[in-house]
Amino acid sequence: MDTLFKIAWRSLWRNKRRTLITTASVFLAVFLALFMRSMQIGSYEIMINSVVTEVGHIQVHDSGYWESKSINDSFVFSKSLKEKIESHENVTSVIPRFETFALGSFGEMTKGLMIQGIVPSMEDPRKKISNKLIEGRFLTEKDNGIVLAEGLASYFNIGINDTIALIGSGYQGITAAGLFPVVGIIKYPVPKLNNFIAYMSMSKVQEVFSPYHSNLISTLVVDLRDGDNLAHKADDINQILGTKYEVLGWRKMLPDVVQQIDGDNAGGIFMLAILYIIVAFGIFGTILMMTLERRKEFAIMVAVGMHRRKLAIVVFFETIFIGMMGVIAGIIASLPLLKYLYHHPIPLQGEMAKMMLEFNMEPFMPFSLDTYIFSNQGIAIFAIAGLTSLYPIIYVVRFRILRAMRS
Amino acid sequence: MGVIKISNLHKIYDESKIPVKAVNGIDLTIKQGEFTAIVGPSGSGKTTFLNMVGGLDVPSKGKIEIDGINIGNLPPRQLIDYRLNNIGFVFQAYNLIPVLTAQENVAFIMQLQGKGKNERNKIARELLETVGIGDKIDRRPGDLSGGQQQRVSVARALASKPKFILADEPTANLDSKSTNELLDLMLKMNKELDTTFIFSTHDQRVMDKARRIITIDDGIITSDVQKN
Ligand SMILES: Nc1ncnc2c1ncn2[C@@H]1O[C@H](COP(=O)(O)OP(=O)(O)OP(=O)(O)O)[C@@H](O)[C@H]1O
Ligand SMILES: [Mg+2]
Repeated sequence: MDTLFKIAWRSLWRNKRRTLITTASVFLAVFLALFMRSMQIGSYEIMINSVVTEVGHIQVHDSGYWESKSINDSFVFSKSLKEKIESHENVTSVIPRFETFALGSFGEMTKGLMIQGIVPSMEDPRKKISNKLIEGRFLTEKDNGIVLAEGLASYFNIGINDTIALIGSGYQGITAAGLFPVVGIIKYPVPKLNNFIAYMSMSKVQEVFSPYHSNLISTLVVDLRDGDNLAHKADDINQILGTKYEVLGWRKMLPDVVQQIDGDNAGGIFMLAILYIIVAFGIFGTILMMTLERRKEFAIMVAVGMHRRKLAIVVFFETIFIGMMGVIAGIIASLPLLKYLYHHPIPLQGEMAKMMLEFNMEPFMPFSLDTYIFSNQGIAIFAIAGLTSLYPIIYVVRFRILRAMRS
Repeated sequence: MGVIKISNLHKIYDESKIPVKAVNGIDLTIKQGEFTAIVGPSGSGKTTFLNMVGGLDVPSKGKIEIDGINIGNLPPRQLIDYRLNNIGFVFQAYNLIPVLTAQENVAFIMQLQGKGKNERNKIARELLETVGIGDKIDRRPGDLSGGQQQRVSVARALASKPKFILADEPTANLDSKSTNELLDLMLKMNKELDTTFIFSTHDQRVMDKARRIITIDDGIITSDVQKN
């Protein structure tokens, strides 16, 4: 075996320049592929991350709520319900929200807004809303006040300690209305959120929107240990809870995000495929020449008693060496760069930045260091090399000794 | 022991319109320890004949028995092993694996036979010493002269301890000095190790060293001369 290995390795270096050029093309392709994929996967990770912090991995609603978004599709949050959900081994936290809509009014100005009733001690650690404060303070557990997004505040031209009037429809058709002091103003980079969202304490929202039914909520945000097999896990939890509830993974709640990622990902894979097809032809050209120019040698080896199987191992090694040298060089070269970019993402401008903002993400080009990005390139090149080696392998198992000797 | 019995051997190339009878009925016995030259004009069938004896080509008709085994009946894989263990080859040129050193080339044959590393390296060194290039064992074929390469080839052919060595015009690419040296080496091996050599040649000086000269013309033996 070691001699076969030696023959293969040294044969590669008989034509140093050709081997180096071929390896360099593999190297370049791998380098490019890694850069591209790291960037793509990195942006998906960030996108998914921001979605998951916003809506959770999974949400539990009263059946039909996601479709209707109606306050009448609210449900009672009980300790036993929470415990039932937590009985699923993958669940790490269950957080209640009361999300509803109301008309806000201050001075001359009136505008619709979305109110998220939250339990600040549960919500803030995961969503870090208080980090977005630009004025005032964040909510306390039984706060009577309201925290407005900056877009809303400037629309109403309202400041801290001013009082905003809200009017909306409460549970089962009652009128919900009240005056609420503005205690804090937060800034979202995403215009959609910045012009629309307001936070209040859960207790206050329940008091205003559902005075006669205690503990009513619209949503349970369920975080999981990991987001794999999301639909399956959602189904499991739905099984536990029964049909009175709907249990939805974020992929089902936000299909446009999924579509965006899948579409972009397919584009990336298509680019990779083209890149790798070019590389495959490069490797094939070299291997083809290496086979044809050694026909006589192969013939003599088999003539003196070398089995064709062993010769096949030699030519297989050669192809794999070319591919793997390129892969290893590509990974070694790109790793420091990607590591740097992972820690110092590139700031973005223009369309790209806008898109990122829309997904509630900082406008930076994130990079991923997920190991599968690297292993995938290795596997792809290995597969290409393996496939390419079929030509010399088939040649060495089939060639006719005497004809090859005369060549 | 060590007898090659060839009977009624034919080789007809019928790929083109006019079939070529390259070997046209050869009967011959070669005994252990012979030093035999096959001679004849170009196109007379020497190479075709040697290739069949070496198991590289399949006779159209007839039989080649080596120690009672009809090598025409061996399936391809067994034939490769048969060549490895019983026949040494020296070709006209490009005999050696260019990426292996002289020693590695000789040792490789023994590795294919399954000999251990130390043993095969030791034998390879000794053989290269014997053929007179003990000081160049780490050179690759490209860094050796044509004559030196052919000596390595002889060493390699000997390494497998074959029943006989076939050499198709081993001196065709050599100058007269190297030709003489190679022939003397082959003779020495023939005498010392009792190795059977069968080689073809055009070269009168090579013929002069042979102890049996078989002349082929148009695929048949026209004379078979045994010296002393
Ligand atoms: N593969 C082949 N297909 C068709 N004809 C062939 C083939 N190989 C050899 N021949 C023919 O068979 C005859 C014998 O050829 P061979 O090579 O055995 O002669 P030779 O004695 O070795 O000649 P030389 O001294 O030139 O090497 C020639 O007429 C040659 O043209
Ligand atoms: Mg010939």
